[in-house]
Amino acid sequence: MASKFINITLKIWRQKNSNAKGALETYALNSVSTDSSFLEMLDQLNEQLINEKQSPIAFDHDCREGICGMCSLYINGRAHGPDSGNTTCQLHMRMFKDGDTIYVEPWRSRAFPIIKDLMVDRSAFDRIQQAGGFVSVNTSGRTMDANAIPIAKADADKAFQAAACIGCGACVASCKNGSAMLFVGAKVSQYALLPQGKIEATDRVLNMVRQMDEEGFGNCTNTGACEIECPKGISIENIARMNREFLKGALTKA
Amino acid sequence: MSKLNSRIPEGPIAEKWTNHKNHMKLVAPNNRPKIDVIVVGTGLAGAAAAASLGEMGYNVKAFCFQDSPRRAHSIAAQGGINAAKNYQNDGDSVYRLFYDTIKGGDYRAREANVHRLAEVSGNIIDQCVAQGVPFAREYGGLLDNRSFGGTQVQRTFYAAGQTGQQLLLGAYSALSRQIGLGRVKMYHRHEMMDLVKIDGKARGIIARNLVTGELERHSAHAVVIASGGYGNVYFLSTNAMGSNVSAAWKVHKRGALFANPCFVQIHPTCVPVHGTNQSKLTLMSESLRNSGRIWVPKKKEDAEAIRAGQLKPTQISEEERDYFLERRYPAFGNLVPRDVASRAAKERCDAGCGIEANDTNEGVYLDFSSEIKSKGKQTAYALGDHDPSEERMIELGKKWIEEKYGNLFQMYQKITDENPYETPMKIYPAVHYTMGGVWVDYNLQSTIEGCFVTGEANFSEHGANRLGASALMQGLADGYFVAPYTVSDYLANEIRTGKISTDGPEFETAENEVKESIDRFLNNNGSKSVDHFHKRLGLIMWNKVGMARDEQGLKQAIEEIGLLREEFYKDVYVPGSSDEMNPELEKVMRVADLIELGQLMAVDALHREESCGGHFREEHQDAEGETLRDDKNFKYVAAWEYQGSDSKQSTLHKEELNYEFIKIADRNYK
Repeated sequence: MASKFINITLKIWRQKNSNAKGALETYALNSVSTDSSFLEMLDQLNEQLINEKQSPIAFDHDCREGICGMCSLYINGRAHGPDSGNTTCQLHMRMFKDGDTIYVEPWRSRAFPIIKDLMVDRSAFDRIQQAGGFVSVNTSGRTMDANAIPIAKADADKAFQAAACIGCGACVASCKNGSAMLFVGAKVSQYALLPQGKIEATDRVLNMVRQMDEEGFGNCTNTGACEIECPKGISIENIARMNREFLKGALTKA
Repeated sequence: MSKLNSRIPEGPIAEKWTNHKNHMKLVAPNNRPKIDVIVVGTGLAGAAAAASLGEMGYNVKAFCFQDSPRRAHSIAAQGGINAAKNYQNDGDSVYRLFYDTIKGGDYRAREANVHRLAEVSGNIIDQCVAQGVPFAREYGGLLDNRSFGGTQVQRTFYAAGQTGQQLLLGAYSALSRQIGLGRVKMYHRHEMMDLVKIDGKARGIIARNLVTGELERHSAHAVVIASGGYGNVYFLSTNAMGSNVSAAWKVHKRGALFANPCFVQIHPTCVPVHGTNQSKLTLMSESLRNSGRIWVPKKKEDAEAIRAGQLKPTQISEEERDYFLERRYPAFGNLVPRDVASRAAKERCDAGCGIEANDTNEGVYLDFSSEIKSKGKQTAYALGDHDPSEERMIELGKKWIEEKYGNLFQMYQKITDENPYETPMKIYPAVHYTMGGVWVDYNLQSTIEGCFVTGEANFSEHGANRLGASALMQGLADGYFVAPYTVSDYLANEIRTGKISTDGPEFETAENEVKESIDRFLNNNGSKSVDHFHKRLGLIMWNKVGMARDEQGLKQAIEEIGLLREEFYKDVYVPGSSDEMNPELEKVMRVADLIELGQLMAVDALHREESCGGHFREEHQDAEGETLRDDKNFKYVAAWEYQGSDSKQSTLHKEELNYEFIKIADRNYK
């Protein structure tokens, strides 16, 4: 890897806590290796701020390999930044040029209140999951042999693709309506595609959608921004499947 | 030694667990809601335990420092999970999984625990499938398997390169169900700051709400610690940034012994270090060694030319390549266990054949070109094309690779900006997993009554080296199938205890101590960041307590870490206050514990005058550079008792390991 070093200007959203008023602040950062990840660049800025006895920038991150879903960030107007098929932690500084000004904002959504700076509260996703995102089976291990029900590879693969969602919230942040339907659709689809999930499919979709609405997420108007910005390439087919499941459920329950 | 009663049940190995379960005490369903249990950590071991205990009817409080239980670092496990199902009909059995794990751990694990793990492994797969975990399947609709290091059967179940994610989301769904039913109360963005003991028993924790900074007291009749491993003591590791030892270390400070701290797994296939601002290392799953061949150039001149950018790996002919694992270990080839593969890579790089153009030239190739051609040919044959062109083979082969490892190849490309379908991956060993941890008995109970430790946080199943795809197995085994029984057995004596008050002096003192320690750091007014000290600690650990250790280096490490600790307390600077979201404050508390642990690791490594598994002492190797174990003097678990922040003062307790059912032998993969 032939690394280069670039100088950049950052405009970063600073907000002390959920009640405080926030604003964009400007920072100059020099000698950023193009092999650094975006978050390593922020580490470098924080090190500089700490050395100057200024308050470092709070941002969420953990695994730094694109799987835990903890990192977020709206970078230059796009969830997870200018690259595609990646999370912010997988975004590298080679995507930027010397002299660039980079805007960094938190996820913007009514259902994701800001905790501090770039950190938001995504516990609404957990509550949706708690409303029905599971198969009601006890953890005894004594269900039936794992190979007792063969599942067509195509269905298993589709279920897996839906299950690959990392729950980061980029879909919500990218949506002009602040809709969580890609997230919920992916979970509903994973189970709807598997025989294990079919038994409670109706209750699941109704309960998850009810919770989603209560959390203040908006509705889907088929813009498709969520699918484009999803780091795991979750398809909006899953939203269509959820809508079918929901309609089916609403009609049979009524 | 009374401190170390491992409580292994009597009887033949295959009957121990069943007999033990048959004689455990039970808590009647109507009594369970009167009993509180705390679970710290929501990875596989924690989420599975919290879900299971909640389902049984106990009042469970679960804690995680992340913003959601689904973020725990189990999620990043890639390759798979082992289970003795023998679906592939290639000679697998519970006994063979048991044997492979004991041998893989270089005869430093407890037989009875490992056998139990192998016994319940099959149930894990049944459980996960019932939960809707989308494992990879064959065209007939049945589950697919692959092979992992240190085994000669195919017993690894997987979901592309995201097995940990799918298993954790399965456990998270079970946990979510219990939260929704009100049987588990979830505290996310909460960190355990201390364990509270009353009359010698674990009775609760002090937790910090990371959003508000508030300290909270939580009482319980039992505490389960499932807080993961301590690889971040090296600063650079494949662990998540937040992974830490603190929950386990607080328990240790309160009297639980810490076992085999020097047993660390350095994983052979990670993306090499690129620069000084690097914050973490990324694993490339061991499953890739099913399809990739590891090599370096035979000639040093070729390696130099590659580093200088004058030669490309694809220009080195077959004859000029050294497939060093296949050369040294023909029986297992590229699928030798991790410790063996890592040392072999280091040996070649030390000899000057490393190919990465970084400060240390440390890197070897993982090459998929042979596999792409052979799988392409097979696929073409199955499609009726019995004489495919080279291009056709490569095209189909790449598709095959993409289906198996697509996300890994994508990750690699994002990090390095190189296309591994066209040019070999560059890889090098990195710290990945810690076999050591809190000492527990057969019931997973630490030396503190009522304090149980599960998953990577304990020491028990993997000896001196863990086999690939066994961490997920252990986490879920402990969480779903072991802790629920053994914790209940303990709680049977608690049905008359009643609610435990958090107003007593023990909670008061513990909370005050936490508060003082927080205030001391915030008022320290030092000049250097927490990361500054963490990186220096990491460097000492990597250079002197890393892949190869010797007496002189370890003695230096012990002294250097002692000095670093003093400087850290004098000069660390923590901005902000205690009553707000303050990530630097979180870090300083964790690094304080990592420093003490790092020193203990060096002390343990110095005392263990043998080479075994991941612990390689330069002084103890044979003529071919293989490990020399000393069963006469070191066939024991080293369990250390805390004696203050200077870990040199820690005292050693030994648990002798008895091999009644497996004949102890040299560990040979040739």
